[in-house]
Amino acid sequence: MQTTKERTGKRLSIPRDKQGFLYVLPWLIGFLILQLYPFITSLYYSFCDYSILSEARFIGFDNYVKLFTRDREFWPAMFATLRFTAMTVPGKLILALIVALLMNQKIRGINLIRTIYYIPSLFGGSVAVCALWKLMFNDKGVINAFLQSLGIPTLSWLGSPDIAMTTICLMEIWQFGSSMILFLAALKNVPQHLYEAAEIDGAGKIRTFFHITIPQISPIILFNLLMQLIQALQNFTSAMVITRGGPVKSTYVLGLKLYMDGFSNYKMGYASATSWIIFTVILFATLLLMRSSSAWVHYDDNGGN
Amino acid sequence: MKRKTISKGLTYLFIVLLGIALLFPILYMVMASFKTNNEIFGSTAILPERFTFEYYVKGWAGNGQFTYWTFFANTFTLVIPVVLLTVVSCTIVAYGFARFNFKSKNVLFTILLATLMLPNTVIIIPRYMLFNKFGWIDTYLPFYVPALLGCYPFFIYQMVQFMRSIPMDLDEAAYIDGCGTFRTLITILMPLLKPAMFSAGLLQFTWTYNNYFDTLIYINSASKYPVSLAMRMTLDAESVVEWGKVMAMACVVVLPLVILFFSAQKYFVEGITAGGVKG
Repeated sequence: MQTTKERTGKRLSIPRDKQGFLYVLPWLIGFLILQLYPFITSLYYSFCDYSILSEARFIGFDNYVKLFTRDREFWPAMFATLRFTAMTVPGKLILALIVALLMNQKIRGINLIRTIYYIPSLFGGSVAVCALWKLMFNDKGVINAFLQSLGIPTLSWLGSPDIAMTTICLMEIWQFGSSMILFLAALKNVPQHLYEAAEIDGAGKIRTFFHITIPQISPIILFNLLMQLIQALQNFTSAMVITRGGPVKSTYVLGLKLYMDGFSNYKMGYASATSWIIFTVILFATLLLMRSSSAWVHYDDNGGN
Repeated sequence: MKRKTISKGLTYLFIVLLGIALLFPILYMVMASFKTNNEIFGSTAILPERFTFEYYVKGWAGNGQFTYWTFFANTFTLVIPVVLLTVVSCTIVAYGFARFNFKSKNVLFTILLATLMLPNTVIIIPRYMLFNKFGWIDTYLPFYVPALLGCYPFFIYQMVQFMRSIPMDLDEAAYIDGCGTFRTLITILMPLLKPAMFSAGLLQFTWTYNNYFDTLIYINSASKYPVSLAMRMTLDAESVVEWGKVMAMACVVVLPLVILFFSAQKYFVEGITAGGVKG
């Protein structure tokens, strides 16, 4: 007993609750050096003429003015980014929700289906999958060969500026697995008695869906929307590997522009300005979503979710 | 009753058809790895004329200077420490947030939650310049150090949520028995946290393994290329791409992920649902 007491006394030389700070410390250091400092610095750089070789020189709003008014790449890149986001985010979420709804019915083999449907999502934006896309959607690739054998006119999937973006988006939508898993988990948590009550009240399937299912899973819809949006607005790999931004810059998204300006041409200040524009768009979209959420996201009174 | 059977039948039909459509690209990738360019282009045939491992051998040889032995060794040298460091650091930090009430905790936790939404794009340039100043470019330190310092708020948050579901009584009992806080974490909480740690590790593994952007900017020399950059090299190497070779390497590169996924599916699903996921 005596020894235990002694040992406890020794260990507690720092009050226990204060020790918590020590555990958090590595993160705090990481946050300050690798997140906060870069965050503030990139804002400063965005007002500078700065290449890797020379010192940063403050030039006020020049980078932004140039981007908005003189850079011929900027507005098309912004448009391409928004187009990519507008196609992939709803595409992914709607497909994920439909599949999750089907799987939530009492059907057999849910685990197997979930496994198979998740496989494409394993590969994320990996180069291997981008290469595969490039091959399949080649002018003479398997997709066009199929269309031809069915007598459907073929398309220049990656060669035409009108279609290339859609082809890239298809790859993104193909990877809807994580959203699906989240939706499925949310659907399983909807209390069964709500459905029973709706049935007793004579509500049809569609009414039940809009008045019970959607509100009940709305927090997960919001979460999915936010995460996918943040990710889509920063997209880089598929545009870089599959089309290199082409044809005619139709897939030249802001993420790719940032890479080219910053890491290919070493215009770090200029690229920082682009990065802050991306950040502003993300922030704006996030705030808009959060604002709107009070109108459509339903939180349980008991604080569940 | 009959209508129900029909609708169920249609559901299954849809699920099966969609499943086939989703898996088709992967099947095609495997089949194309045995095909010559002549077989690939303009043909709807799925099966190759012959199954030879010629393209696997050719692709594996890499660029003549380095083979995929090197690229895989590099990949694991990069990914495995990142995974271990992430899991350990995030668990420790989460412990601090979940179990103690120090003064600035709430402020710091709010900051942590805010960084969940901090886009990588906006910090990448100064980070690069910083690592450049440290002389870390063309090493794996730009990957190790953020992992060591718990710069993955997503996993910390996930771990905090998980820890909160473990009763505090266990900690109290350990304190009474004379355990310090660190020993309480190691001996009492860790065993219970194992599934959560495993889930986080798996997700971090796939993300780091697939990550192309960071490897592209931080790694310059071919001798240090992980498979993401090696794939790009194989794809760009010749003016006339030998697609069989590219697809063969694509298959080899995705194989570890597939194996991992099938052997630990449950943890993948848990990791994703524990707080959501990107991708």
